[in-house]
Amino acid sequence: MKVLIAKPGLDGHDRGAKVVAYALRDAGVEVVYSGLKRTPEEIVQEAIQEDVDVVGLSVLSGAHVPLARRVLDGLRAQGAGDIRVIVGGIIPPKDVDALRALGVARVFPMGTPLPEIVTYFQEAKA
Amino acid sequence: MRDVRLHADIPVKPVYGPEDLAGRDPARDIGQPGEYPFTRGIHRHMYRDRLWTMRQYIGFGTPAETNARFKYLMAHGQDALNVAFDLPTQLGLDSDDPRADGEVGRVGMAIDTLADMEEAFAGIPLDRVSVSLTINGMAAPITAMYYAVAEKQGAAPERVVTTPQNDILKEFVARGTWIYPVDPSLRLVGDLIEFSAMRYPRSNPVSVCGYHIREAGCTTAQEMAYGLAIAAAYIDMMVKRGMAVDDFAPRVSFNFTCWGKIFEETAKFRAGRRLYARMVRERFGATNPKSCMFRSLIGGGGSAFTVQEPENNIVRGAYIALAAALSGAQTMALPTYDEAYTIPSAKAQLIALRTMQICAEESGAADTADPLAGSYYVEALTNQMEEKILEELAAVERMGGIVEAVKTGALQAEVARQAYLFEQKLVSGEIPKVGVNTHVGERAAEADREVELYAFDPSVAATQVAKLAKIRGARDDRAAQAALRRLTDEARGTVNLMPAILEAVKAYGTLGEICQAMKTVFGEHKEPVKW
Repeated sequence: MKVLIAKPGLDGHDRGAKVVAYALRDAGVEVVYSGLKRTPEEIVQEAIQEDVDVVGLSVLSGAHVPLARRVLDGLRAQGAGDIRVIVGGIIPPKDVDALRALGVARVFPMGTPLPEIVTYFQEAKA
Repeated sequence: MRDVRLHADIPVKPVYGPEDLAGRDPARDIGQPGEYPFTRGIHRHMYRDRLWTMRQYIGFGTPAETNARFKYLMAHGQDALNVAFDLPTQLGLDSDDPRADGEVGRVGMAIDTLADMEEAFAGIPLDRVSVSLTINGMAAPITAMYYAVAEKQGAAPERVVTTPQNDILKEFVARGTWIYPVDPSLRLVGDLIEFSAMRYPRSNPVSVCGYHIREAGCTTAQEMAYGLAIAAAYIDMMVKRGMAVDDFAPRVSFNFTCWGKIFEETAKFRAGRRLYARMVRERFGATNPKSCMFRSLIGGGGSAFTVQEPENNIVRGAYIALAAALSGAQTMALPTYDEAYTIPSAKAQLIALRTMQICAEESGAADTADPLAGSYYVEALTNQMEEKILEELAAVERMGGIVEAVKTGALQAEVARQAYLFEQKLVSGEIPKVGVNTHVGERAAEADREVELYAFDPSVAATQVAKLAKIRGARDDRAAQAALRRLTDEARGTVNLMPAILEAVKAYGTLGEICQAMKTVFGEHKEPVKW
């Protein structure tokens, strides 16, 4: 299992992204972290080059729906639609369904306990 | 007996007494309020003479919407403003830039040209209201716009009181609104400090922020240590540029948080004031006592607040306000109880303002200067916190100094490591959070219960883009282009860029154009991704 934790868009808050990256690494998951302010296109390229199984997008600015859409569209256009996309950050409940409808596999809104995220990856690995 | 350790990893004893202060010199270390080294606060009578300023952080949508919210809070007794800008503005992108897609007007107001700034402050007299501008990478052009609006309003420069954050070093560590590489970014910080010191003597051209680094995960002692190290880097830079320390240091200000344990936070500020005063006097040779004053905005930190049972955050806000008052804040701001969910509602902002007013006028916290002075615990903790801060400052030196630590990403990695440690303690319950990991109800708190979610209006972007196109069409384009060329030329040299930036602003050059005019010379920062 290999994961790209990515920060799309202009939001510069990476505490959550890094904490999740540490927790997954400690749980035996191979983790790549993109750094800040990557475009959806850059994230798609990195996901393919790194041959990851999952892309985890972290967005705190509110722009999660358009950003997730562009990453999902980009992956599909590159024939990498099998890479799973999950989203975490400040995601209002009403947007969870919107993200799922776009094809996001799982959403972890604010307040999600860290072990719940780790468990999701462990189950996905099994 | 239960073991207690503070965020700064200081163990707490169950009882403190005179023996904990043995060997200290109260006259030297504690002194009097309003006197060097200002451990007890920077003013003699503190809030008896003047209460702290209340300054909530506001901005969303178009300049016109933000203007209306400013006026709403001022009508309810808020006496100063703290402006939030959207991410494209903070990063020097115009609202019609493809990279701004989805972000225009979202986390703050959108500013493209001087016309937007004029609208944001319409009907707000800039010679009477003090305004903080939460802007860093683009601090020079946004502050230039602010000065231009003040000038258009007819405000005398010596009456303009503004505090652009202008602290780029902390942006590289936390918050992330860097644009240019570290060195040219620092040059812009210095240009704004120098220009403001000469032309706008009551402006506070830099607000050194420990706040955001703490929010990103560091400890209390690290927050103060990193803030002091950053302040020292700016002072050192200005002195090397040829300014006398007493010509600008009195206008250096600070922005810190205090969301943790009340006495730890208070001790952090008491120790920090003492260390800063000694540093500015002993290391930089300041002789003006005002140069040695750690003037601070103390705000709550959103990271104290929880998604679960959001009304509990109102109670947490009251403790934070008390801690800020006991810590000697000059200015106070509180997060709003809906902070974990949304851009604050008007109701949530009013509750935060009322919390500060209740603390100020009902609680007695403002009755006397530094009421915790002489407490065995607080004085001992102040001394221990001072030692911890010095240890963290030494750690920064081992990383090569603050600028080098930021360039290599070593500091960013340490902050992230602390964030992970803290999260692990939340998971284990070592750090209790009511409603989250202790006293959790039978039924999980329902999401967005009682919280009015900010309805982001996607038409904001279209409004901004249309306005921008209109300005571009109506301006004297030759004058705008000439000003932008001048800025690029001057960026190649070493002169202060503020006059060229002001010329471009007044010619209605857009923020994106001004940013690009310098980017052509400076290039872009490449983040050292370390975690």
